[in-house]
This record gives sequence, C-alpha cells and structure tokens, in this order.
Amino acid sequence: MSDVANTGGKPVSLTHLQRLEAESIHILQEVVAEAERPVMLYSVGKDSAVMLHLARKAFHPAPPPFPLLHVDTTWKFQDMYRMRDRMAAESGMELLVHRNPEAMARGINPFDHGALHTDLWKTEGLKQALETHGFDAAFGGARRDEEKSRAKERIFSFRNAAHRWDPKTQRPELWRLYNARKAKGESIRVFPISNWTELDIWQYIQLESIPIVPLYFAAPRPTVTRDGLLLMVDDERFRLAPGEVPVERSIRFRTLGDYPLTGAVESRAATLSAVIQETLLTTTSERQGRAIDKDAGASMEKKKQEGYF
Amino acid sequence: MPAPSSTPTAYQTDALIAEDIDAYLDLHRHKSLLRFITCGSVDDGKSTLIGRLLYDSRMIFDDQLASLEADSRRVGTQGGQIDFALLVDGLAAEREQGITIDVAYRFFSTEKRKFIVADTPGHEQYTRNMVTGASTADLAVILIDARKGILTQTRRHSYLVHLLGIRNLVLAVNKMDLIGYDQARYDAIVAAYAEFAASIGIESFVPMPISGLAGDTIATRSASMPWYSGPTLIEHLETVPLDIAADQAQPFRMPVQMVKRPDLDFRGVAGLIVSGAVRPGDPVRIVPSGRITSIARIVTFDGDLACAVAGQSVTLVLADDVDCSRGDVVASAASPPESADQFEASLVWMADEPMLPGRSYLLKLATQTVSAQVQAPKYQVNVNTMARLPARTLELNAIGVANLSTDKPLVFEPYADSRALGGFILIDKISNATVAAGLLHFALRRAANVHWQAVEINREAHARLKNQTPKVLWFTGLSGAGKSTIANLVEKKLHAMGLHSFLLDGDNIRHGLNRDLGFTDADRVENIRRVGEVARLMTDAGLIVLTAFISPFRAERRLVRDLMPPGEFVEIHIDTTLTDAERRDVKGLYAKARRGELRNFTGIDSPYEPPERPEIHIDTAVLDAEQSAELIVRTLFG
Repeated sequence: MSDVANTGGKPVSLTHLQRLEAESIHILQEVVAEAERPVMLYSVGKDSAVMLHLARKAFHPAPPPFPLLHVDTTWKFQDMYRMRDRMAAESGMELLVHRNPEAMARGINPFDHGALHTDLWKTEGLKQALETHGFDAAFGGARRDEEKSRAKERIFSFRNAAHRWDPKTQRPELWRLYNARKAKGESIRVFPISNWTELDIWQYIQLESIPIVPLYFAAPRPTVTRDGLLLMVDDERFRLAPGEVPVERSIRFRTLGDYPLTGAVESRAATLSAVIQETLLTTTSERQGRAIDKDAGASMEKKKQEGYF
Repeated sequence: MPAPSSTPTAYQTDALIAEDIDAYLDLHRHKSLLRFITCGSVDDGKSTLIGRLLYDSRMIFDDQLASLEADSRRVGTQGGQIDFALLVDGLAAEREQGITIDVAYRFFSTEKRKFIVADTPGHEQYTRNMVTGASTADLAVILIDARKGILTQTRRHSYLVHLLGIRNLVLAVNKMDLIGYDQARYDAIVAAYAEFAASIGIESFVPMPISGLAGDTIATRSASMPWYSGPTLIEHLETVPLDIAADQAQPFRMPVQMVKRPDLDFRGVAGLIVSGAVRPGDPVRIVPSGRITSIARIVTFDGDLACAVAGQSVTLVLADDVDCSRGDVVASAASPPESADQFEASLVWMADEPMLPGRSYLLKLATQTVSAQVQAPKYQVNVNTMARLPARTLELNAIGVANLSTDKPLVFEPYADSRALGGFILIDKISNATVAAGLLHFALRRAANVHWQAVEINREAHARLKNQTPKVLWFTGLSGAGKSTIANLVEKKLHAMGLHSFLLDGDNIRHGLNRDLGFTDADRVENIRRVGEVARLMTDAGLIVLTAFISPFRAERRLVRDLMPPGEFVEIHIDTTLTDAERRDVKGLYAKARRGELRNFTGIDSPYEPPERPEIHIDTAVLDAEQSAELIVRTLFG
C-alpha cells in the first residue's frame, strides 16, 4: 500500500488512500508521543478494524503501545466476540473488556429499557472504563462523513472532567498541529479516521485484506421484522412475540452494534467486491440501520455532548 | 426560484459500478486527493454550493434526502424547495440561527479525485475558523453574490487565503441565475476583483460564473451562458496541480514524531515526510544538532521501501547511532533547514483573552514544542482595508506581525517556503487553549544562521588588555529608587580601582539613541532591547557596563541576560517601596502622574515586575546610597 515506484525525481502521485493512511498514522503517533495513557476503543466493526490495522502499521515493528478497550453491552453479535478475541491475539495487544456493573445488576436490556440501555451500557460504561484505568486519550473510529455533527468535530476532541463535549469551545486545528494538552481529569477523544469515507474504508479493507466480521457478508440467517427494522435472531435471548417465527433470509449488515437494535439489509452480496458494489448503488445512508439515530435531527450532537462516543 | 434538477448530475460512473465493480474500484483506487476551502459572506451561497456538490456527486442518500426535504419545509429558506444549505449546517445552534458557525469538513469524489471541503463561516467574528480551514487547503473558492459584487468580506477572505499561502484561487461569481446570466455584470465584477487581487499580491485567480442552486458551471457548462468558455468548477478542481507535487520537489525533511526502540536490535525514527524524497544510502543531517549520517533502511509494515516521498509516514533506520529524538528534523544533508530562536511572525489571535506581550506561551511547530515570548505587535492588519494599524496587543480574530523569541532553537523554514516548518500554534500554559496561529517569516539578528564577521581582536583579547572581566551591572527599580545615584557611585569606585567602565543612564539614552521611543509597553520593550544590545557591544569591547533603567518587565531583562555569556549579567534590584519613591519624588514625576499629566508611569498606571532572583538585592530602607555602592563593589570586585 505505501510502496511507491522509484521514478527518478519525477513527482510521485500518492493516491487518496495513501494520503489518508499517512494522515492517520501521523495522528496515532502524535497521541502516543504526547498523551500519558492512551487506549483504543475497539467496537469490532469495520471502522475499528481499519483503525486497528492503521495502529499496527503506525507502530511497526512493535505492537501498538496501548490496550484495546471494548465497552461491552453483552448484546453484541456472537460473531463480534469471536472476531474481537482473534484480533486482540493477532495484534499482540492487551484487550480490556468493560461491562457496566450497574447495568449488569439491573439487567438492563434493549427489549425493556430503550434509550436507557444505550445510556447505561455504552455512555456510562465508557466513562467508567476510562476513569477506572485513568486513560487520558481514547482513539475512536468515528468518521466525519457519518453524520452532520461529526463533520464539525475536531480530530483531537476535548472532553471535560465530566466527559462532556462542548461544540462551542473546540480548539482550532491548523495544519497538522494537534494540541493534546489538558488539565488533570480532562481527556481527549481522538479520531484518526475522521477524513475517511465509507467507500474509503471498504476499499482499504479490500486492498489490505483486513479481516472483518462475517456478518458484513450476505448469508442465510434467521430474521424477524420489527418497526421496519430487519433483525437477526442471534441467540436464545431474543424475545419472540407470541406466534412469531424467525424467517431465514439472505441478509448482511452495513453496520454492527447490539444485535436486537441493528437492522440488516436483504442482500446476496457475499464477497467484498459485491458488498462495495451494493454500498455504492444503494441509496440509504449507513447509520439508518441503527435505531439509536432515529430521533430528531440533532440527536447525535446531544448524545455526544453527554459523553456518547 | 428554479427547482434543483430532480436527477442529480452524477460525477460517478454509475454504469461502471453496476457492470464491472472491480474496474470501478481500480479507478477509484488511483484517485488523488484535493483539499479546498469555500469562503464567502453570509448568504453568498456557500452551503448551497457544497450541498450541490454533494448532491450531484451522489453523496446524499435517499434517507438523508427525505429528511432534507422535511427540514426544508420546516426551517428552509427556499420557500419549500430543497434547501441545500441544511445538508451542511450541522450543529443544532446554527440550524436555528440559519448560519454556519464553525469549520465543517465534507467529502465527495469525482472520477478523477476525492475532495475534502472545509466549509467555513462568512461573518466577521470567525476569522479564526476560516484560517483553520485554509491551513490545510490546496485551493480556495471565493464566492461572490453576483447581485452584490465585491464586499468587505470578500476582501477579508481573499487576504486570509493569501496570507495562509493558498496559491490556487477560484473566484466563483454565484447566483448568476438571479441577474439573468448577465455577462457585462460578471465581467465588471471580475475586473474589479482583479484590481483588488493585484493590490494585495495575489498573482492569479480563475474566475467563473456559477449558480449553486441551479447548477450552472458546476458539473456542466451552462446553456444560459454560452459566452463563458472557461472550465466548470468540477473540471478545474479535477485538474488543478496539488501542493503535494510541489512539496516533493523541495529538499527532504521529516520532523521526527517518535523514536521506535522495540528491542536492542532496532532503532528507528518515525514521522511524516513533509517535503522531498528519500532513499536508502542518502546522506542526511539531523537538525538542530547538525550531525550527519545516512539512511540505512526505510521501514514500513508492508516491508522496506526503495524510496519514500512527501506525504508518506515512514520509519527511518539511520546508519549511525546519532542522537535523534522527537522534535528533531531529519533533512537533506546538502540543504538542511535553519534553526533560530528569534523570529518575525504573523499571528492570528484565536482566543477571547487578548495576547499578552512578554507572557510565555507554548509554541508548537511540526513536532517541536518550546516556550516562546511574543513582543508587542509591530502592527495590526485591518483585514477589511489591509491598512497597518499600531497595536499594543492582539484581540480575538486580530491579525498582526510581531517578534517572538523561544527558549531554545527551533528548526524552521519561512512559511512561504514550507507550511509544515513555518506554521505554528501558541498554547496558553494555564488553560491549555490554542490561542493563536502563527506564520514564521524570518529569523532575527541573533539567529544561529547569521554568520558573524570574524574579528581577530575578539572580546577575550579586549578584556585581557584591560585586565578585567567584562560585566553588565543592570540596575532595575522604580523611578526615583536611586538607581542612577548608586550606579554613579559604583562607577566612581571602579574608576578609582583602575577598572574600565561606562555608565548608560536611562534619561541620557532617551535624549539620543532612543529619543524616538515613548513610554508605551511596546516602546519600553524596544528601549530595553536597544540598551541591551549596546551594553553587550561594550562588554565585547572589554568594558564593565553599568545601566540604570527602570526596565519594568521581567521578560526584557531576561532577554538582555540571555544576550550575555553566563555570569556576565548582574541584575541589581534597587528595591524601594512605591510610597518611599513617591514621597521623595526627586523629579516631580509621581506628582505629575497622579495628576494624570503623565501616562504609562511605572508604579502608577503601568506595572513593575520585580526581579525574582536578582544577583544583588538592595533594600533602600536599610542602606543609603554610599553603603549600597560599597556593598555592590565588595560583592563583585572585592
């Protein structure tokens, strides 16, 4: 990917993916050089897969000098847990798994608790994990093309001691100069793949043969339809309505999260090329598959202010 | 108001995606990347233009379009028609106000390139955001509303993108549909802009008549403007030369981000190459140390490289075990960058709290972080008229030129030659906020790269002949503390001892060398700087120099101290209370200041910063002038 021909002094035309890769590596190295205790938030999705791959490149020949943190809700797809453990082993990185003990004790689940489920497991869980380990910089795989409020977030995004994001006091980010300084108790979220688009991610996965969760590829899977979402019955905890019978459909996922909240699309795209082809031809944006974003236009901004990643 | 065409003009080859996805991906894989910025006044149609680019390039999905249509009916400004601006106005606060208040980055691609657009606000108080967006852009699109022509804000935006070194400028005369596609009006605007552009040093720009709303001259030539034969906006964006190509033609430089030392057998320095190219075997110089070595390997995750160029992140293994760490720059051995510790720079102030001359800020340039003191601005630029105005400080969104000094040498290049080694930020040490962006112009006198005229009779020779060690006895204290009186007594004693000395007195110097200076903070800084330089020259001549100046600011006394070899600067604090000084008031100045007849008087309406660790401290409440002089002579020459 990063090799360029020896052209004897003529300008070498780097592709946009080579430029993005170099930018991401630069960001990863800046954080390690300037932060005291960085961590990588690893959600097991395709964006996390690319971010992890970039980290391995950035610190080669050593493994990345920070742990992977998975903020678990216990409701991820089983395939995701398998991929998570495999990638932690392959990268030689320490894997930290955090499950909010309060959510665990109260049996918070996506069927009964709606928004509280996301708030307790993810938002609160993340804060707990960061505080428990004293991490002062957390890498996240968010991209600016995903959503409007993300488009305005900095690459180094400052959080106060209460983990809140204030869009009005963001630090200006000029050239390649990132200000990573912070007071005790404050932290930064860093988004090394801010400038990648969904197509860039897919193409890079293909070029670099990056392993991703099989759920991204179409296969016959047991499904039910709820509120317009096509859900997969991933394990026995899925509550079927009386008389409801899972139907086997050829489906794949454009985005991965908690399986009872993540909508699938019907598809026959079983290869990377086919998935990319379908992605390009489709006319539904990526996050639509996630129930979390279905509120008012500004919902993500509100969640982010409260500390959601 | 014409409705946007319902079928978007697809820049992407949809047919190819459907028929041969692998061929399409191969095409996409080889695209290059162009970053650009759009700037214009409020209502010039920036957001609409960007929305149009996203819409036409199919970056907007059906569900987003549905929500856009709903939003357009609810809060849109286009009478129920699709309001493209809503696509890009991201934050809730701005959607309510109907204006863009921060930098947002958008993405789209055509068959040839991927684009990252910085969308920045047009109104006055957000110079900060525009400068931020412009700092990474290869190209700027300056939007003008054809109905309004060139506005004050057009001038400001043009000045800023020129200041930030953007060479490719597009003048997009927008809303042509609203003036009936009138060529004469368009030509008049372009002519007026050409005149203005030349006056601020913009060498060239590409004008085009467009309509963001109707799509004219965006992706396709407009049937309504047969008289326009230039490129469409998309054609131009696809073919304009990239900055990265120019960077590669420059000498090799890689600021070191980190040293990788996973085990005893491997030591590499990692970073992003900011200019030039490098191959194994190339001789390189580590700056600022100046040590020369060569490249043994270019290491990446994907294997060693035979060549790496500007824009790539690599790890270099050096042939020799030379000192090289974060902040150093690995550079072409033949033409390395300079290093210096005093500069002239343009500053764009970005914080609510104004700049404080003399305050120590952190300065980050490439991978170097140092302490820097900024002097009072030489002038501020009125960004609307480009006039140079006198200024004592810089406030939020102000742009000025000032000298600054750093606590250690900084590897740099003038911003005009290198954004990576000439652009910096200032960080407040307490709040950690990024308070300013800076552009280095050149190094000042003391810079390490200034070659001194070698003189054969050097300072040691001068001092030897006089049989003494040169010194500066720097008397500081409030007006009327007794500095001149005591210094005078000290000099008489030195003279009696057969020592060669010279007394520089504040009042006397102000009658001659410094008679052009007043008593503002900025002038006080310059006063002391000149005296410091004169004192230093006199010590080079072997003299013991006594200076009697209020010299109220620590920063400037520190500046003079740093001019001198260690041990030769002796700070003597003639410490008297304000009450005592005012009671004695030998020259009647305190009384005048109290009556308001004298402005900027130290102790009254201008601060005095006492020394923290003076070499000698004289308490005038305890010692009289004769005793003080005796103590000083005994301490230094006893």
